[in-house]
Amino acid sequence: MAAMTREETQALIQEVLEVYPEKAKKDRAKHLAVNDQSVEQSKKCITSNRKSQPGVMTVRGCAYAGSKGVVWGPIKDMVHISHGPVGCGQYSRAGRRNYYVGMTGVNTFGTMNFTSDFQEKDIVFGGDKKLDKLISEIETLFPLAKGISVQSECPIGLIGDDIEAVSKKKSKELSKPVVPVRCEGFRGVSQSLGHHIANDSIRDWVIGNRDGDESFQTTPYDVAVIGDYNIGGDAWASRILLEEMGLRVVAQWSGDGTLSEMELTPKVKLNLIHCYRSMNYISRFMEEKYGVPWMEYNFFGPTKIAESLRAIAARFDEKIQANAEKVIEKYTAEYEAIIAKYRPRLEGKRVMLYVGGLRPRHIIGAYEDLGMEVVGTGYEFAHNDDYDRTVKEMGDSTLLYDDVTGYELEEFVKRVQPDLIGSGIKEKYIFQKMGVPFRQMHSWDYSGPYHGYDGFAIFARDMDMTINNPCWKSMQAPWQKPAEGEADAVAASA
Amino acid sequence: MPNVMIRKKDDGALLFYVAKKDMEETIASVETDTAETWGGEVELTDGSRWYIDPISPPPAFPTTLRFKRADG
Ligand code: SF4
Repeated sequence: MAAMTREETQALIQEVLEVYPEKAKKDRAKHLAVNDQSVEQSKKCITSNRKSQPGVMTVRGCAYAGSKGVVWGPIKDMVHISHGPVGCGQYSRAGRRNYYVGMTGVNTFGTMNFTSDFQEKDIVFGGDKKLDKLISEIETLFPLAKGISVQSECPIGLIGDDIEAVSKKKSKELSKPVVPVRCEGFRGVSQSLGHHIANDSIRDWVIGNRDGDESFQTTPYDVAVIGDYNIGGDAWASRILLEEMGLRVVAQWSGDGTLSEMELTPKVKLNLIHCYRSMNYISRFMEEKYGVPWMEYNFFGPTKIAESLRAIAARFDEKIQANAEKVIEKYTAEYEAIIAKYRPRLEGKRVMLYVGGLRPRHIIGAYEDLGMEVVGTGYEFAHNDDYDRTVKEMGDSTLLYDDVTGYELEEFVKRVQPDLIGSGIKEKYIFQKMGVPFRQMHSWDYSGPYHGYDGFAIFARDMDMTINNPCWKSMQAPWQKPAEGEADAVAASA
Repeated sequence: MPNVMIRKKDDGALLFYVAKKDMEETIASVETDTAETWGGEVELTDGSRWYIDPISPPPAFPTTLRFKRADG
């Protein structure tokens, strides 16, 4: 299918909106837009960070998911208690595939689920005593845990438990940080507020812990990688590039990260932010309080990687700048070979994305490196600043959809007929059953890493094996297949 | 009166960030912006207007300041 014009895209949006009742239509219309690169302020064309409509399907998560699942969960040497009923933690356990090194259950705890498993009596009489006991138990069973965080699930806020008091008391008793996090699921419209609440608790309970302690030997080349959750090893594939450039990565936030790395972050020279949505606040805070500047970067696909490496190097001296060029050169043959291999197989293929965080805009460059085109993109929980950054990356007249509903996304796909959809696990099986190639772009479909040059090789292979998989030709039962000659005619008209 | 974090962007413009709302916008104009004083009415690029009592000497950015909404 040829690219759609502005009018066609607009007409498509109108058509999809038609089925809604008047009020819902008015609301949803604000969240769907035709991209226009000339727009400076996304606010004028698309609304975001609003409560989802009742009655439609949204794939958003909750504040607890944003704090426990995204920001705090990957900090590997701490125990993160899912405080409340068992389900919130159990059903999300290890789902994000934040890789880490360490001995699980001894000095690292990333894939384990700790919960206070609330019962009726805890709701009626309060759970503070249980929390107290639970923290003591953790200390007995896992003495190597460097700290504990208490991640509140919905009931905690509803029954008014005083987790702050318990945390303070236990922190003193154990001489370890015990961090109460008020990330009850009902706060905010999506997981986005959970990220922010998690940032707030890091600010209050972690960042200042090494103030006045100068024992850490710093260098002029210290950086921290912020907002890389090491999905399938992403942060590792990023880190090696920075290290080859001559920089020292002091901290990884938070994939494969530790408590002490976070505590040392205010001492670095530059914070590098990958996921802006989930970690921009804490970076601003460090800039204001400790004078640590920050910058955004993008390690998806060779074009963006080279751009980012140069931009990062520009913040340092000539030695680092020369090293950056060397790193780019070193990998050139490698990624050119990958492009030579996969581009002919993927050229011109059209992709629709619907993800969270940074990916709806950051991955575009990687697809373009392979000759593919992103024709629609959207975020689950973005704010206007995310769309400000997206408008420039997307082609004119492409589709933008915010907090898209299940129905809308299906209709868009039917009409736009992309060659590939990149979205989450909740969408995956619907589209696969519709016969559209699909990659799960939250946790890389059990693959990865996708960051860095190493990641690009895997990314290209995965996209190829999905799109060019022979199974897509077998979507129709043999007896429903048109006869030989007819099939060609159908293919030509599609 | 929300707390607003203000920082300089790479292009020199000032970024206005309301932490509580996770809202980010660029400052379009500041009523008083001289070597001695900074403040008064501040207009953002999205058209919204905010107010802060003029501060002298001007604050060093990045910093957090308390603003009032100037438009109803
Ligand atoms: S909304 Fe509440 S109950 Fe549901 S997963 Fe989140 S914290 Fe748990």
